[in-house]
Amino acid sequence: MTRNRADDLRARIGDTDLVLVLGVMIAMYAMFTAFGLLLGLGFGSIVSTLQQITFLTAAYALIVLALNLQWGYAGLLNIGVAGFMAVGVYTMAILTASPDPGPTGVPGFGLPLLVGILGGMLAAALFGGLVALPAIRLRADYLAIVTLAFGEIIRIAVNSQTFQSVSVLGFETGTGGSRGIQGPTNPVRALYYTDPSNPALGRTEIGGVIFDAFGALGVEEPVVVDLTYTLVLLGFVVLFYVLLTRIVKSPFGRVLKAIREDELVAKSLGKHTSRFKIITFMTGCALMGLGGILWQGSQSLVTPDQFDPLLTFYVFIALIIGGSGSNTGGVIGAALFVGLLFQGPVFASRLVSNFAGFESAPNTFPDAVAGLGSLDVQPLVAYSLSEIQSLRFVLVGVVLILVMAKRPQGVLGHRKSPAVGVDPYRRDPDGDETESPTDRGNANEATENDDIFFK
Amino acid sequence: MNIATLLAGGRTRLGSHFFELLVGVGLAVLLFDLLRRLVTDALRVFDLLLFVKEGIVLGLVIGLAGIGLALTYSILHFPNFAHGDYITMGAFAGWVVSYVIAGLGSFDLRDLFLIGVRGDAGGVVVGTSVVQTPVAIVTGLLVAIAFTILATILIDRVIYRPMRDEGVITLLITSVGVALILRYSIAFVWGQETTTLTANSRPQFTAPGIGVQVSTHELTLVACTLVLIAGIHYMIQQTKLGTAMRAMADNPDLAAITGIPTERVVLATWIIAGGATGAAGYLVGLETGILAFNTGWTLLLLIFAAVILGGVGSIYGAIFGGLVIGIVSNVALVWIPSDFTTAAAFLVMIVVLLVKPKGLFEGVTTA
Repeated sequence: MTRNRADDLRARIGDTDLVLVLGVMIAMYAMFTAFGLLLGLGFGSIVSTLQQITFLTAAYALIVLALNLQWGYAGLLNIGVAGFMAVGVYTMAILTASPDPGPTGVPGFGLPLLVGILGGMLAAALFGGLVALPAIRLRADYLAIVTLAFGEIIRIAVNSQTFQSVSVLGFETGTGGSRGIQGPTNPVRALYYTDPSNPALGRTEIGGVIFDAFGALGVEEPVVVDLTYTLVLLGFVVLFYVLLTRIVKSPFGRVLKAIREDELVAKSLGKHTSRFKIITFMTGCALMGLGGILWQGSQSLVTPDQFDPLLTFYVFIALIIGGSGSNTGGVIGAALFVGLLFQGPVFASRLVSNFAGFESAPNTFPDAVAGLGSLDVQPLVAYSLSEIQSLRFVLVGVVLILVMAKRPQGVLGHRKSPAVGVDPYRRDPDGDETESPTDRGNANEATENDDIFFK
Repeated sequence: MNIATLLAGGRTRLGSHFFELLVGVGLAVLLFDLLRRLVTDALRVFDLLLFVKEGIVLGLVIGLAGIGLALTYSILHFPNFAHGDYITMGAFAGWVVSYVIAGLGSFDLRDLFLIGVRGDAGGVVVGTSVVQTPVAIVTGLLVAIAFTILATILIDRVIYRPMRDEGVITLLITSVGVALILRYSIAFVWGQETTTLTANSRPQFTAPGIGVQVSTHELTLVACTLVLIAGIHYMIQQTKLGTAMRAMADNPDLAAITGIPTERVVLATWIIAGGATGAAGYLVGLETGILAFNTGWTLLLLIFAAVILGGVGSIYGAIFGGLVIGIVSNVALVWIPSDFTTAAAFLVMIVVLLVKPKGLFEGVTTA
């Protein structure tokens, strides 16, 4: 009987998480479809917009989940995320680049993509270990600054002319410096084109059918290819989610949570906390490397600019909005960040300028406020819309402060996930009808670790 | 059994001093190589002196900017990531005033307000420099100080004060939000281009004996920094307020119990820190001659490196750390290409943290 109730509850809560994520995504889609319709975009453009939103959400979700393992569960404040992504992506790009790339490209080792991806993850993990091994003893805020410095060192290194082209054991290779290095051909293209690197040579059978079907709806070929890749990315999000949930629920994960709450207690119980922290840090870095490869590595060109320290802060903001320590929250945070803070303002400003029909925005701020003297706000509004890129970051800052001040635990941060293997409040495992209020209350909150309570 | 214990003991001893040993050997090798290069004429003495001079100037810039960060870090107990943007804010406020004073009458006020980021009034045509427009420079410096003080107090009242009791990480993330707001508000008004602030020609002096050239702007920077450091030193060591600040840095709860009006001390801290930061921003613009919306942000990590190097909580440590960072990142040019000088500075910070996790001025909390 307990069993049934447990199953019901588990099913219900599992569904709630899925419903939450789906609900947020549907709301985003509805919003951007409305934007598209109001802007008078065609069906193809709207599909393309939704694809971009989904792609960015999935990409952010991957990195947010990896960061959640380090910060949300082990309390390790890593603000060198962009640096670890860069290590993974650059390693992958160098390993897979063709040894004979032509005059403009950077030569690589020409290894298969899978080897490149595994190599990138391994490199990111090793660099993570290199940073964590000595730095893990430091205070939380020092660790943060060390990782930030590390991220900058990586960016300086890939940007420098010194490593633009180097020879390793007789092999010519390099990072391409500020011009960047070419990424591998996206494998999903093989599904559609007989020669993935050159679409002009013809489509495969499946490609022809699918392109024709979507073409009839007004969706262009590149959008179809991007859509397919986005689906692959979503698959990886599910994989990351399952993997992290497994890690967190395991005895290993319980030690992590104990460390996060009170390291001294974990130590007193005989846990080798440093080792746990280093393993977690390296695992998180490997996942950041993989996430980076799936995201930035899928671009045709990999440049140092893609790994600006700001990227790290975006990932943090997404995680904070969702609530650190909650994997579902992380995914929702990624969706909210991309939809409301990253892409939303851009579309909103396009919409406003479309309908307001301003002639032309003033070029400078003084010109924009000059109209205020005669109570003419139109130049200022037009200027604001043309400078929406900057205002968007101001908005991000405001949201960040509001979240920290009003709800530091994030949207889903209220969830408790006790760091114990057996429910301390459980009285009788075999269907005792008397049920303590605490039991009930905990069961409702325990969504991350629901199966702990009902064995 | 005895041997086993001995071995284990030896390993622990070696382990605890392993990094220090490694760093010591590394330093010795570098010093030896430097001497070898000087003796064999692979490196001219003049070049080395030039590196050191550039290093000292950069070090003082970082040190001056670090005073404010060290103060707020030790008394409010969180790393303020918005500090870099306080620097930028002070620089823009001060330089707008300098431009208006220097160029009023000959340029359009709107162009002067944009200080050359956009518009026609660039530093080269307005001709701002210590020698040509001293009044504009001094007024600009004072305005930079005053404006930054007011802005920091306002930000503290609205944002940090309600969160005074939150943990270090919460405040750290909040300060990232403040940083984004400040930086991109500046970008909104002035745009994201870099401007040349000062006139091209600067009188140079040749230092007697060593032949290294020093510009008037570098001299101004050094003089202002020394005056500010002396003033802050006096204030912290000799006044009642300074004693209260040191008490709060040491133990905020104990300070509150003994009747120190902690909120008033915090206010005083922001005033001093804001003033030093605004001055640093203005002087950085004067010395480097360029300014952009992210000038302070790019400096921030170096400033953190300096503050941590010196041991958080010590303003002398911050200045010393700044000098170390400045000199290291310039003298490093002897061995490594110029792209990597900043990386070398960060590496020094990481190495120091590993050897002495509490910084070089460990245990000295002079506020």
